[in-house]
Amino acid sequence: MAEFIIKRVLQAMVVLLIMTVLVFFGVNVIGNPVYIFASSECDQACLTKTIAELGLDRPLWEQYFVFLSNLLQGDLGNSFTHGIPALSLIFERLPATLELAICALAMALGFGLPLGIWAGLHPDTIISRCIMAFSMIAFSLPVFWIGLIMILTFSVQLGWMPAVGRGDTVDVFGTELSALTLDGLHHLVMPAFTLSLIMMAIVIRLTRAGMREVIFADYIKFARANGIRERRILTTHVMKNLLIPIVTVLGMEFGGVIAFAVVVESIFSWPGVGKMLIDAIGVLDRPLIVAYLIFVVFMFVVLNLLVDILYSLLDPRVRLGGNQT
Amino acid sequence: MSSVSQTPTAGSPRELARRFVSVPSAVIALVVFILFCIIGFGAPLIAPQNPYDLRQVDILDSLMPPGSQSYTGLTYWLGTDGQGRDMLSAMLYGIRISLIVGLLSGFLALVVGTFVGLIAAYRRGWVDTLLMRIVDLQLSFPTILVALILLVILGRGVDKIIFALVVVQWAYFARTVRGVALVEGAREYVDAARGLRLGGMRILFRHILPNCLPTILVVATVQMAMAISLEATLSFLGLGLPPTRPSLGLLIANGFDYLQSGRYWISVLPGIVLLGIIISANVLGDRLRDILNPRL
Repeated sequence: MAEFIIKRVLQAMVVLLIMTVLVFFGVNVIGNPVYIFASSECDQACLTKTIAELGLDRPLWEQYFVFLSNLLQGDLGNSFTHGIPALSLIFERLPATLELAICALAMALGFGLPLGIWAGLHPDTIISRCIMAFSMIAFSLPVFWIGLIMILTFSVQLGWMPAVGRGDTVDVFGTELSALTLDGLHHLVMPAFTLSLIMMAIVIRLTRAGMREVIFADYIKFARANGIRERRILTTHVMKNLLIPIVTVLGMEFGGVIAFAVVVESIFSWPGVGKMLIDAIGVLDRPLIVAYLIFVVFMFVVLNLLVDILYSLLDPRVRLGGNQT
Repeated sequence: MSSVSQTPTAGSPRELARRFVSVPSAVIALVVFILFCIIGFGAPLIAPQNPYDLRQVDILDSLMPPGSQSYTGLTYWLGTDGQGRDMLSAMLYGIRISLIVGLLSGFLALVVGTFVGLIAAYRRGWVDTLLMRIVDLQLSFPTILVALILLVILGRGVDKIIFALVVVQWAYFARTVRGVALVEGAREYVDAARGLRLGGMRILFRHILPNCLPTILVVATVQMAMAISLEATLSFLGLGLPPTRPSLGLLIANGFDYLQSGRYWISVLPGIVLLGIIISANVLGDRLRDILNPRL
């Protein structure tokens, strides 16, 4: 077990290193940030001075090693536009994104599981077909389009929901949360639902497929033969076996939710890290872009690592077989 | 293509066509998709105006609701956008760009992915392990995120978005093709071909590949829909196509600014067309999967 974990951690570190190289060199090749900072009457001497201040006159690989050694000390540079450390800016914005993502996850499970179970138990009914059609549509429609229609319907036409922002927040252990105030909740519902749809579609599909498999299994037949009530069979025997694949997929898909949060946050002007990234791209705030990308890559690698390790704990075949084909 | 008729899994092309025609939703989806292709690629011929020729666009006609008439006598059946462009024409050109990006990136990803998948299945050993590790790594990151990073780095442009889409999509083809090719490689006809002392590449491309085609077709249909959807999303975020080549996603983004003031048509109409394309392609892929029944 220890060997497996060490191997995976080393792999993850290699991936991280490669990604920092790609991200840093990629981002630093685009545009020239000097022109954003230097005023229009800035002459050559002033330009050179700005370049030196930003450290842009040194060769790119040297910039990279400075960047890497700073990175290891938790310093990703200062944002050009905000003038404060990029990393603290990310951590400032992160709670909003996480709140959105976790609410979306809860919604996906809250609606997806019951719908999937129902569709699995009654596969040939019209309602079941509707559920599956819904899951196909929710999966294939672009997220930004769904958000747009939600705004048009519930904000512009009906005027029920606010279209932008987080609303009132409460300070919980130094973290601002929207979900605990009525106004914040009001602002949260639409973006969270929009974000949850893809995940919901996946949960419905998985649950239905799992149900179709599990309810014909021998241990369910024996449980029935034992006279255990249908409700108990469903809640304990079926659910336990159903949840394993769902939990794994959700663990991996959570990263996808964070990625799609970029889209949802831009539409609903939700002040999270995703919106921050799009704004940073707009003004070519390179340290902030690099910091966000490194942060997200780091999050993904760690998330994948955790899922892998958890999976090997749950299912020894992964660890022993080693080869997932 | 002659070896397709000998495929043990999918049946002859004629048999497949007969099965396809007997599924109404598949036929409808195909017809709708072909219609979109016709009006998209025929845009310069059927559009009332060229929305990117500034001489034909009048700023005074901006933000007119559907059905309004210009003083020149031209009727804007679907209204105009913020710069006075005829929405109908803009959408026709938008369909064109979206389809070109979707079809081209889907096709290139298919070529790259299929090649990698076949090589991995054929060479096995460390080549297979290495290629599949790369595929695993690629697929462990969400497609939208990878595409986003690439476009941040590359900037805007038709070629750049196609490149980004190919990079995020080839892995799906590679993984699927490798799986099918491994199964096909173990069949008797491959043994027979080996017995005839046919070359490895010849067996791979002339015998195994044709039998992977049904599966590739299904993946390609779904991936193309995904490419169109992804391109629209990225363009909506301002990362995809340049404003000079507006796809449906960019048109929707332009209209988003006017949405709050009730000028719904600028966003909603291109959005409906986008949905039409994506849903028809998805239904097509779904039905093809049932009809061809590949082991996905």
